[in-house]
Amino acid sequence: MNNWTDILDVNDIPKLGARVVRHGSLDIAVFRTADDEVFALEDRCPHKGGPLSQGIVHGRKVTCPMHSWNIELDSGCAVAPDHGCAREFAVKVEDGRVWLDFAEAACAAA
Amino acid sequence: MDMSTPMGHGPKMKLVMVGNGMAGVRTLEELLKLAPDLYDITVFGAEPHPNYNRILLSPVLAGEQTVDDIILNPTDWYADNAIHLHLGKKVVKIDRSARYVEAEDGTRAEYDRLLLATGSNPFMLPVPGADLPGVISFRAIADVDAMIRASSQYRHAVVIGGGLLGLEAANGLMKRGMDVTVVHIGPWLMERQLDEPAARLLQKSLEEKGMKFLLQKQTAELVRGESGRVAAIKFKDGDSAPADLVVMAVGIRPNTELAESAGLHCNRGIVVNDTMQTFDPRVYSIGECAAHRGVAYGLVAPLFEQAKVCANHLAHYGIGRYQGSVTSTKLKVTGIDLFSAGDFIGGEGTESILYSDPIGGVYKKLVIKDNRLVGGVMYGDTVDGAWYFALLRDGKNVSELRDHLMFGQDHCGNLGHQGVNKAATMTDDMEVCGCNGVCKGDIVKAIREKGLFTLEDVRKHTKASSSCGSCTGLVEQILAVTAGGDYSAAPKTKSMCGCTDHTHEAVREAIRDNKLLTIPQVMTFMEWRTPNGCASCRPALNYYLISTWPGEAEDDPQSRFINERAHANIQRDGSYSVIPRMWGGQTTPAELRRIADVAEKYAIPTVKVTGGQRIDLLGVKKEDLPKVWADLDMPSGHAYGKALRTVKTCVGSEWCRFGTQDSTQMGIDLEKVFFKMWAPHKVKLAVSGCPRNCAEVAIKDVGIIGVDSGWEIYVAGNGGIKTEVAQFLVKVKTPDEVLEYSGAFLQLYREEARYLDRTVHYVERVGLDYVKKKILDDADNRRALYERLLFALSVERDPWVERAREGKLKHEFETVAA
Repeated sequence: MNNWTDILDVNDIPKLGARVVRHGSLDIAVFRTADDEVFALEDRCPHKGGPLSQGIVHGRKVTCPMHSWNIELDSGCAVAPDHGCAREFAVKVEDGRVWLDFAEAACAAA
Repeated sequence: MDMSTPMGHGPKMKLVMVGNGMAGVRTLEELLKLAPDLYDITVFGAEPHPNYNRILLSPVLAGEQTVDDIILNPTDWYADNAIHLHLGKKVVKIDRSARYVEAEDGTRAEYDRLLLATGSNPFMLPVPGADLPGVISFRAIADVDAMIRASSQYRHAVVIGGGLLGLEAANGLMKRGMDVTVVHIGPWLMERQLDEPAARLLQKSLEEKGMKFLLQKQTAELVRGESGRVAAIKFKDGDSAPADLVVMAVGIRPNTELAESAGLHCNRGIVVNDTMQTFDPRVYSIGECAAHRGVAYGLVAPLFEQAKVCANHLAHYGIGRYQGSVTSTKLKVTGIDLFSAGDFIGGEGTESILYSDPIGGVYKKLVIKDNRLVGGVMYGDTVDGAWYFALLRDGKNVSELRDHLMFGQDHCGNLGHQGVNKAATMTDDMEVCGCNGVCKGDIVKAIREKGLFTLEDVRKHTKASSSCGSCTGLVEQILAVTAGGDYSAAPKTKSMCGCTDHTHEAVREAIRDNKLLTIPQVMTFMEWRTPNGCASCRPALNYYLISTWPGEAEDDPQSRFINERAHANIQRDGSYSVIPRMWGGQTTPAELRRIADVAEKYAIPTVKVTGGQRIDLLGVKKEDLPKVWADLDMPSGHAYGKALRTVKTCVGSEWCRFGTQDSTQMGIDLEKVFFKMWAPHKVKLAVSGCPRNCAEVAIKDVGIIGVDSGWEIYVAGNGGIKTEVAQFLVKVKTPDEVLEYSGAFLQLYREEARYLDRTVHYVERVGLDYVKKKILDDADNRRALYERLLFALSVERDPWVERAREGKLKHEFETVAA
């Protein structure tokens, strides 16, 4: 069972952009693609901890602003040949509202 | 014909590949990356081995590597990818109407798509005795095995053919202890790659190793010995030489036998179009057997380019095109450095620069035509081969480099790898890439273990040479030594990124000619392959749009790199640095007080004076940025952007006893006029008040030196990775002229440079003469350029004011608490 928290309006996230959601000491980057899909990852690149929320979003990927690793939004994992995954969080959009579950979702390739 | 293809549902399409060599398997690898489930794949290989690196047969023969070392795809790889592999089965028939192929042993495979990668066959001289035991070619593992066996039993080896392959075979046999004679019909060795002086040096050093040569000798007959094996070679002039082993290395022929038997059009290769399709669109062909625009390539890099395009097309991604390659050659004989590319002989309309040191064993020749490098040959010192090759491939104007071109890239001041420029002398623990901390050993390991072939591969896997690029030459050398073969031969034109095949220039032209105003418009118009580009093309497109249509095109913050979106410079811990503008490097006590107050109020950990004569506040939290800007109440310094950075000045005639002009005021004026200017890359200016040049104008994009009679303007200097001294553009009389000429130059750069090119790269590409023509010779054009710059600047606003005072893009700086 998911434990959903209502976070923000989907329109508060720029298309092809992200917002940072602060939950205690944890920063979560919530991304919105051109097709209004929403994804949530811990705001830390698996490479050197760069803030993924600040990267450029394209397709279903984000490019880390620090050293240009490409991270898959739907898994949190780096595009080959880079290795590593950012923590992924369950997210849903209902009636234009974005809901998050702060329990970590399993990383597909971890 | 029904060309419809099942997509996604139903049974998979069948892809059959005939030939199991490097080019073909590379195509499969590329295809599996793009569309892993699209095809049911079957591969026929005539040899009993899985795909191996044919280029490295020479080191195997020489005993430097083993056959296992050069296997690229072990049989497990085929199994893991569910590829049906038929080894040791030669395909002898294609039925194009029933769409199946058949091997010698009767094995059949049906296809929807067929890929012919049959490679080439060695050409055997049609002389009597050519079919005797002991007469072989040098093409496959079986040949190497035969040579190694012969070397343990026999003494005299003759290699017919003094080209690349022949010399490598001769070298290997010599290392195996045989007495080797190279027979060559031409007047000197490797005449397709070398001119006579270079070939003589090569011959001399090979002779010193013990190799013998018979030049201008034509083979008449191979003589049978008592045992039935070849025993001697006879020449047309009546001479003869003992030969227990004869290796024919006189050339290769595209293997088109199968294609021709199936009625496919062949002309010195299986004729293919730019998508690597033969005259039957279901049948593709790539590699040494394929003739593209009349050329059958035999080097790895172009074949891999073809593989990429072919895979792309097979995967239904459809718009990749192969448009031919420029190639270069390197001889793989240990201890001999030799490089050649392009037209190295020269002829009418060309000039040559020569360097010859027969004692030191160094010879270099560069051939230049219309101020562009068109070819070159180097012997003994090939360190700069990759650099020359890049100049040649890109068609760069070399008129300004001319006087030091011969001395190589190192002469142009590259930093970051301990001044070392020869990969061979480096130990494994020496750092190659100073940006990403990659050592030679890391690169060699990645090349070996991951089977890398191209610079692009190495960049992806190791990050070496992927940042500033100054170690590219070193990485290419390591690649050439480790993986063998040629330097990376990229296509003639460079596309913007993987999302499109269009060049920067083509995209700019389309934006201008069709008045495209948004990124989606450009992507639709130019048929982008990806739905919304990537982190590399989007910022470029955004810049091209706003610089072409100022005030009309949409500036898209989501296509800006974070620094230009947040208008501050992101630091390694995710905090930001803030540098307020100080016009001409001048400030006031009031400004300094505000800076001090802001630093204390927001607990900013570091306050530092920059190289550009201003003050940097480091470690600012993102959410504090708008408040910091409001409290500072100073203009944005754009120290984070591809934009006008600083105008550095000396104190000039107002205070300095040597000053001839008021350089400080000139700097302030320049900075105020060009403030808010976006550009392809950062732009730095400086003004000195006399030729003592305290403001260091010689390494700036635009540098001004005040002299008693006016101002000298220098352009395209650079103080970064590549130190480059600015070049004199013009001398003018008044400050207004300084503004107009500098502005016109900057606008020309803004309109014509590729995104991320500094002025030095731009001027290197077009040549200073071109800039002079546009700015000095054509006064109307100069004024028009300057006007366009002023107009573009008139619609820009100070981003800090917009964000600190007017709440623009507030969400950028706010986190959501939850």
